[in-house]
Amino acid sequence: MLLLGPSGAGKSTLLQALAGVLGGNDEGEQEGRLLIDGAPPDPGSGRAGMVLQDPDGQVILSRVGDEVAFGCENLGLPRDEIWGRVSWSLDAVGLRVPLDRATHRLSGGQKQRLALAAVLAMRPGLLLLDEPTANLDPAGAREVRNAVEQVLAQTTATLVIIEHRVDIWADLVDRVVVLGDDGGLLDHGDVASVLVRRGAELAAGGIWVPDHLPRFPSRSRTVGEALVSTDQLVVGRQGESDDFRLASPDLLVTSGRALAVTGSTGSGKTSLILTLAGLLPPAAGRVVASPALAGGVSSSEPHRWRSRELLTRIGTVFQEPEHQFLASTVRAELEVGPRALGLPRADADARVDSLLDRLRLRHLERANPFTLSGGEKRRLSVATVLAAAPRVLVLDEPTFGQDARTWAQLVELLAELLDDDRALVLSTHDQRLVKALADVQIRLGES
Amino acid sequence: MRAAYERTNPVARIAASLAIALCLVLTIDIVSAGVALALELALFLTLGMPARTFWLRTSPVWIAAPFTALTIALYGRTSGTVHAEFLLARVSDGSLELAAATGLRVLAIGLPAVVLMISVDATALADGLAQVVRLPARFVLGALAAFRLVGLLADDWRYLKLARRARGVADRGRLARLFGQVLALLVLAIRRGSKVATAMEARAFGGASARTWARESRWHGRDTVLVVVGFLVGAIALTASIVTGSWNAILS
Repeated sequence: MLLLGPSGAGKSTLLQALAGVLGGNDEGEQEGRLLIDGAPPDPGSGRAGMVLQDPDGQVILSRVGDEVAFGCENLGLPRDEIWGRVSWSLDAVGLRVPLDRATHRLSGGQKQRLALAAVLAMRPGLLLLDEPTANLDPAGAREVRNAVEQVLAQTTATLVIIEHRVDIWADLVDRVVVLGDDGGLLDHGDVASVLVRRGAELAAGGIWVPDHLPRFPSRSRTVGEALVSTDQLVVGRQGESDDFRLASPDLLVTSGRALAVTGSTGSGKTSLILTLAGLLPPAAGRVVASPALAGGVSSSEPHRWRSRELLTRIGTVFQEPEHQFLASTVRAELEVGPRALGLPRADADARVDSLLDRLRLRHLERANPFTLSGGEKRRLSVATVLAAAPRVLVLDEPTFGQDARTWAQLVELLAELLDDDRALVLSTHDQRLVKALADVQIRLGES
Repeated sequence: MRAAYERTNPVARIAASLAIALCLVLTIDIVSAGVALALELALFLTLGMPARTFWLRTSPVWIAAPFTALTIALYGRTSGTVHAEFLLARVSDGSLELAAATGLRVLAIGLPAVVLMISVDATALADGLAQVVRLPARFVLGALAAFRLVGLLADDWRYLKLARRARGVADRGRLARLFGQVLALLVLAIRRGSKVATAMEARAFGGASARTWARESRWHGRDTVLVVVGFLVGAIALTASIVTGSWNAILS
């Protein structure tokens, strides 16, 4: 069964209630009754198993075999049976790695399949998947989808999925249930007929409906001026366990144009764009800012700039918005940049107000950034960077896990910025984003 | 010998290291530390650990010991002939003896601890603590899960630092910024922690059924032997110290 509905309709809440991890009366109100096998849901029974959106947030132990065994141990199963179930469920999700493989070495798709296997080993009657592919690249999403298909063929469990992307699951599910804005039941039926009846409405609510995909924004393409170029650049990171180096082709960042860096997870996209952004020093070679961008700063290499010099020239939107939040309200968050620049109060206010309206954050002005929804956090993180009005914007996976509505708004905003003669550098595995915006695409190979 | 040692229970390893340490902190003299160190080195040889591995793993101890000794030699309690004096530093017979005793003691306590503990796997230790020592599962597994999150926090810390540079606030107020960054890390850690706690609960952790353990952790004869050897090393060292009359109790 596929559960659809706009953000905030309570899909995840329903799933958590089914899993029995919703918390007690002190964390919210509850009306009516929910019964599984005639009893209130109890996570201790292992009857309902849940897989969440964030691949990193649900790994508990450090080895693959132990991770799968964890649930069975909690159910109090005998040792021999546990290991039998471990190999059966890893097999069912097609994760054929040694049992002592370190969990942090798995890819996102493998981690999600591991989470599925861990749940499966408990032999639940109800499998709950909460946007299991939202944080994965297309290859990872396919892995998970195929694993779920195999699992369905081998068990009699009921499957409930929440997902923004209908196309991934359309041929797997028997029934679609649509929730409305108020959390009430709006419609249900088989996939095809529900999509015909409700397609446009669902798309407006942020669901990726095959025949109602967001349109690409129009752009007035202007040839701009060169802002940043690279010369035999090598990026890399020296870690204790994950040393890596990547030789980049020579790149040119031009105003009014978008440069997209694509490639599989772990190919070095993030390192490359953070080096272009002047946040990481190059391992070799140079990143050079043109006089048009550097204007007034003594060095032409962005990583040598002071933090405040960087602010008005190259802005970076991180993949995880929470990493870049500094203040306790949305408004204060937007004031950080103008304040660091020492703008007069009135100017700063004007900038912040215009951004609040433009990115529809006005109603959240007093809210704490950490309490916003995924889409709101993304808009805020872009707005904080725009507050300093940099010529170059560097965005790391800006559309990662976003619903169709946020996606469309974001792409439209980015197109406006391009028409405003700014330059964009994007790292992404979202091919629609590349099609919608990119003027130049750099594909990075396997690392 | 070596194979048997490698199959010892992590709990036995902790106990053996503790036994040596407990004995050696009773007194501070050259004889006890020297005897313990000599016995330990002889035992390490029988383990057949490759020389390279041994030096690599224990290098921090070999570096720490002389520095500790040097500090004591310069600033330790003065007695006997004074050999050199400079500002607050005063090298005397007494401080030199104390320095040698302390330096050797750092080696005698540090080396076995490092050799025994460094190859211990966190999961195996948790299994041992839960099944052998019978600590509560909630405590042991919570600690184990938290241990895994430390790696993720290191990544968070890196991004928090970069993000502060990108936001234009990295030029001034180092201390205030560091404080803010620690606070942000704490927030992220708590959020990650509660996510993992939910994930654990969703997988029946803390449920009504008695928990079983997929990996068996048992106490074998070799584990007892290891702990007894630890105690013997300590006891022989203390006896030697008393017999030669060099006992120098710390608590006196």
